[in-house]
Amino acid sequence: MTEISDLDKEVKKFEEKLRIDGKKRGALMSLLQAAQETYGYIPKEVIYKINEEADVPVADIYGVITFYAQFRMEPMGKNIIRICEGTACHVNNAKNILASIENELKIKVNETSEDGFFTLLSVACIGCCSLAPVIMINDETFGSLTPDKTVKILNQFKKKEGVKK
Amino acid sequence: MREIKVGLGTCGISAGGNPVFQTLKDEIEKHKITIDLKETGCMGMCYEEVLVEVVDNGKSFLYSKMTSDKAKEMISKHIIDGNPIEDWIVKSEKITKEESFLKTQKRIVLRNCGVIDPGSIDEYIEHDGYKAIEKVLKGYSQEDVIDIIKDSGLRGRGGGGFSTGMKWMFANRAKSEKKFIICNADEGDPGAFMDRSVLEGDPHAILEGMMIAAFAVGADEGILYVRAEYPKAIFRLKEAIEKCKQKGLLGKNILNTGFNLEMRIKEGAGAFVCGEETALIASIEGKRGMPKFRPPFPANKGLWDEPTNINNVETFANIPWIILNGAKAYNSLGTEKSKGTKVFALAGKIKKSGLAEVPMGMTIKEIVFDIGGGIKDDKEFKAVQMGGPSGGCIPASMSDLKIDYDEINKTGAIMGSGGMVVLDETTCMVDVAKFFLTFTQNESCGKCTFCRIGTKRMLEILTRITEGKGKIEDIDLLIDLSNKIKDSSLCGLGQTAPNPVLTTIKYFREEYEAHIIDKKCPAKKCPALITYKVVEDKCIGCTLCARNCPTNTIDGNKKEVHFINQEGCIKCSLCFSSCKFDAIEII
Repeated sequence: MTEISDLDKEVKKFEEKLRIDGKKRGALMSLLQAAQETYGYIPKEVIYKINEEADVPVADIYGVITFYAQFRMEPMGKNIIRICEGTACHVNNAKNILASIENELKIKVNETSEDGFFTLLSVACIGCCSLAPVIMINDETFGSLTPDKTVKILNQFKKKEGVKK
Repeated sequence: MREIKVGLGTCGISAGGNPVFQTLKDEIEKHKITIDLKETGCMGMCYEEVLVEVVDNGKSFLYSKMTSDKAKEMISKHIIDGNPIEDWIVKSEKITKEESFLKTQKRIVLRNCGVIDPGSIDEYIEHDGYKAIEKVLKGYSQEDVIDIIKDSGLRGRGGGGFSTGMKWMFANRAKSEKKFIICNADEGDPGAFMDRSVLEGDPHAILEGMMIAAFAVGADEGILYVRAEYPKAIFRLKEAIEKCKQKGLLGKNILNTGFNLEMRIKEGAGAFVCGEETALIASIEGKRGMPKFRPPFPANKGLWDEPTNINNVETFANIPWIILNGAKAYNSLGTEKSKGTKVFALAGKIKKSGLAEVPMGMTIKEIVFDIGGGIKDDKEFKAVQMGGPSGGCIPASMSDLKIDYDEINKTGAIMGSGGMVVLDETTCMVDVAKFFLTFTQNESCGKCTFCRIGTKRMLEILTRITEGKGKIEDIDLLIDLSNKIKDSSLCGLGQTAPNPVLTTIKYFREEYEAHIIDKKCPAKKCPALITYKVVEDKCIGCTLCARNCPTNTIDGNKKEVHFINQEGCIKCSLCFSSCKFDAIEII
């Protein structure tokens, strides 16, 4: 029950922001960012809501969503894994790390695990090159990885979150 | 006064800095010790993280590779009993293990990183912070400031290398009631992280640099465009802006001089092309980040068509130092045409990866070997990749090259923002070229046909070469396409996208030929051209590889030599990296 009312609260907050910032010039991106923060992705209905409130054509909103890597129109898993595919990670065999994650979770990049627990994304560079290869899970960065270590981190994550439930 | 500082930049945190900090906190409380425990930014020595500095009566002891257990022991032996644990210390009055990394560095941009608590405006002020803006507002005219920056010889650190003073002058001369100042903190080059470290470790220096620029060009609104992948940097900047407002350093009538400036953060949404000025402006306006034809330049018609001055993080971080120390102190460092220092992000196959700030004019060899400690696992040094996707690979044979904008341009690479990824004998140069093309092809905004389609075709050619299906004419075709893309693209992304391919062909043509003619990858990287095999004398039958194999293609009983069925092998390399006995070879 609490989860639903939390979401309601978030949605109210977003709608409030939409009402206040909607007409401000250049607000579209921050509105989309707020929408994604609220819903975890950008639902179609929200595009229409922004269209009405901010008076931006739906085509333009769609254009911005598809231009930037950050925005998604599909729901994501509970936890987002970002595998870094920057130069330093690439030459330090990030591909092995990717293989181990794909193998462990049975998903590929841009997919969500069956239980909805993890979504795997790739990112061009996390800016943590000295600890390559690295991954980010949500806002936390993990460095100097080996395939073994990566699997351990994934399992720890599952365990930790499992306890919270 | 005693204090303990823990390096908690993103690098320190990913190395396990948070638990160390917590342990120190708990131990200090438990033993009721009077000591200041603080967080600080990246100290540059990322290879030694987690770093903890103990300052005791003005004496500093820098502990490296700390863990919670080591932190506990350090508290009891050093802090309580007064006996520093020398084996763990990398730098103190007596111990100079890391002297080679630090000795030739000159820290201007990184002056406060890893020294002060980035969350404390007071500490920044104690370290000469906001003195430069005070000096400017109370004693200089706009022209004075522009002249100082021009004389200093500072050139844009984002990659372009244009004179910062000149840029300010253009924005200053543009006539308008409203002007903007923008900080480009959309550090998108894979392999570069110096801006992140400065944003996290010394946010106030960037704000102060922006304030000075705003005064010089006559702007009253500042925007920091920060990439969303840097949550900690965004947090630090928000906090810094808030504290400046409280102290009256931002807002109306700053320091009672009549100077007004508001500042805000705009989060990027993940588009590399937004590093380009006109695309960045479009993005702030809430549109797709697509570049525009120049002129008009942003200095005349930028954000919302008002005059706008954009500089990069590192450029701004230099400004307060130049104002306080004078143009001469800055331009006495460096080479004839490239003045001052440059921060390099050392990464890749290097022993000591981290941040190094050196005077311009230092050679690649000095940076890689003297500061960076040479190549990981003592493999052979092959090349450095400079300038990210817009740059190129400079071969080891040219490592006496002096680092300077113009010298680097001559090689076909560019200075870029300062990423320096070191490559060794196990790096395949065709694969590196393909890696960057994958990136630029993905990031091309699609406006210019040659950039949009040309990079796609180049990537296809490179892919077929790495799969052993290339033709010898492909090399010339790549060069031809490269030149056309460079000539017919509007912005820096397209104009430089072919550089990684051109430089690798220029310096490593034989590797391309080996892939095409001999169907071999000399570095043993390209999956289609290699085979994994079990070395029979070395395999002890531990079954680890078989258990790790995602396609169950490795056969063998316990304690017996294993066998890889080639048909099922997807060359994921997990067997190779998991084997503890070097019993998997690549041929």
